[in-house]
Amino acid sequence: MKIIVPVKRVVDYNVKVRVKADHSDVELANVKMDINPFCDIAVEEAVRLKEQGLASEVIVVSIGEAKAEEQLRRSLAIGADRAILVVTQEAASSLVVAKILAQIVALEQPGLVILGKQAIDTDNNQTGQMLAALAGLAQATFASKVVIDGDWVTVTRDIDGGAQTVSLKMPAIITTDLRLNEPRYIKLPDIMKAKRKPLEKKTPEDFGVEPTRTVNTLKVESPAERPAGIKVKSIQELVDKLKNEAKVVS
Amino acid sequence: MSILVIADHNNSELTPVTANVVAAALKLGAPVHLLVAGHGCRSVADAAAQLSGIERVLNCDAEHYAHGLAENLAELVLSVADQYTHILTAATTTGKNFLPRVAAKLDVEQISEIISIDSPDTFKRPIYAGNAIATVQSTDRIKVISVRGTAFDPCPIDGQAPIEDLPAASDQGISRFISEDLVVSERPELTAARVVISGGRGMQNGENFELLYKVADKLGAGVGASRAAVDEGFVPNDMQVGQTGKIVAPELYIAVGISGQIQHLAGMKDSKVIVAINKDEDAPIFQVADYGLVADLFDALPELTEQL
Repeated sequence: MKIIVPVKRVVDYNVKVRVKADHSDVELANVKMDINPFCDIAVEEAVRLKEQGLASEVIVVSIGEAKAEEQLRRSLAIGADRAILVVTQEAASSLVVAKILAQIVALEQPGLVILGKQAIDTDNNQTGQMLAALAGLAQATFASKVVIDGDWVTVTRDIDGGAQTVSLKMPAIITTDLRLNEPRYIKLPDIMKAKRKPLEKKTPEDFGVEPTRTVNTLKVESPAERPAGIKVKSIQELVDKLKNEAKVVS
Repeated sequence: MSILVIADHNNSELTPVTANVVAAALKLGAPVHLLVAGHGCRSVADAAAQLSGIERVLNCDAEHYAHGLAENLAELVLSVADQYTHILTAATTTGKNFLPRVAAKLDVEQISEIISIDSPDTFKRPIYAGNAIATVQSTDRIKVISVRGTAFDPCPIDGQAPIEDLPAASDQGISRFISEDLVVSERPELTAARVVISGGRGMQNGENFELLYKVADKLGAGVGASRAAVDEGFVPNDMQVGQTGKIVAPELYIAVGISGQIQHLAGMKDSKVIVAINKDEDAPIFQVADYGLVADLFDALPELTEQL
């Protein structure tokens, strides 16, 4: 069984982004980039399934700028076998990404596709579900546990108020939540080895997908700043302020 | 043309956030229909009919909608989608799960977690964990939108809309519900609570959360946690407030032993009044707090319980 893991290159999660002066976007020049944390968890899960003998090959895919090769090489170092890089001129929408992935799924015929639940740049939380719909497959989003059982995969999902367990007919689509696993530390020899693993470069047109966009960003602004607060000296003063100034406690 | 809102519920009760989504839908200026899809969910349809301003409730009761499986729910929405200009639902784990399937099958992009409506095709939404707000315009024939409930005041509950039965779509048969493990709590649900008190790594362990529960019981507050506290295993994941957890905006938010990482701030910085209690006076949480108290939480919390 093959497993496909799409990964995204995003701003490092520790970076506090700034809005550009012309309000066209956030400033991404000279900002540290990294793999989207949820995608990293997806790669780790796929590699673990392979190490358990449940998968034969792990294929990582990235759709975006050419520099995403760095994130693909990192995923290869974790233990993925080969990579596909679909280079786009501009950032592709979730729908375009899902359409390209659906074509790759049709070609590669994986048993599972594991994706991050959301990218921490656009915070959309859409691609996995869209891919599942386009490919006509079952989905389990926000996975905290994955167990393969014959032709079905049982997934525990983090939902509002607790957890839900569902069983999906494979092939199936899974998106990862934070608690699914803790990605491993990458060792230097694995980084060297990853440099020699195959990486195929493609374009959206190779998959017959036109990278159009129907939702356009008109402007990007900083969120409204909260006015500076005050320091109180004691619980007594705090309770007094909450009762008599803010009037949120009676 | 009309607007479709898909209700969030658990087959017996309507999730309060649905009233916020209806309020957002009503701003779009066309009749609003509310779809309740579930099993044995008549009481939900009855509650939905009372949401002020909606034109009708569509009630679809079938066994394969009992657990909100995305594959089946999306198919049902698609069976009526062409009658609508906008399809909205709450950005809950249910909404986030099925809605992108609807968008993809309609061949339109989805607009996730809107926080304001500029016009029927232009919306504001947070990106980069709320560190930037994007204004986006859609040219799609049907706008598929998830709504951040805390950004809209709920509609009143004094309506009396008619309830119509909607025929079920087919069971897709590719996914099965196995079990659900929901946390039972006497305290209000985080996203609906008027007051929220959250603990972070500074709580040191799960037992110490008892100190927060005591304050919470005095205030009728919901109890949350930072990602650090969840990662450390102090409390379950469903208590997490932050970019990747719950987004809350209560009247009063009390952060205790929470340093205030971007991730956490994204989930609570729209609260009306923020209180921070932390022994590190340089903790970033103080930058967003209206009232900050530099103190050891193990002294401060019992005192707070006493004085409330």
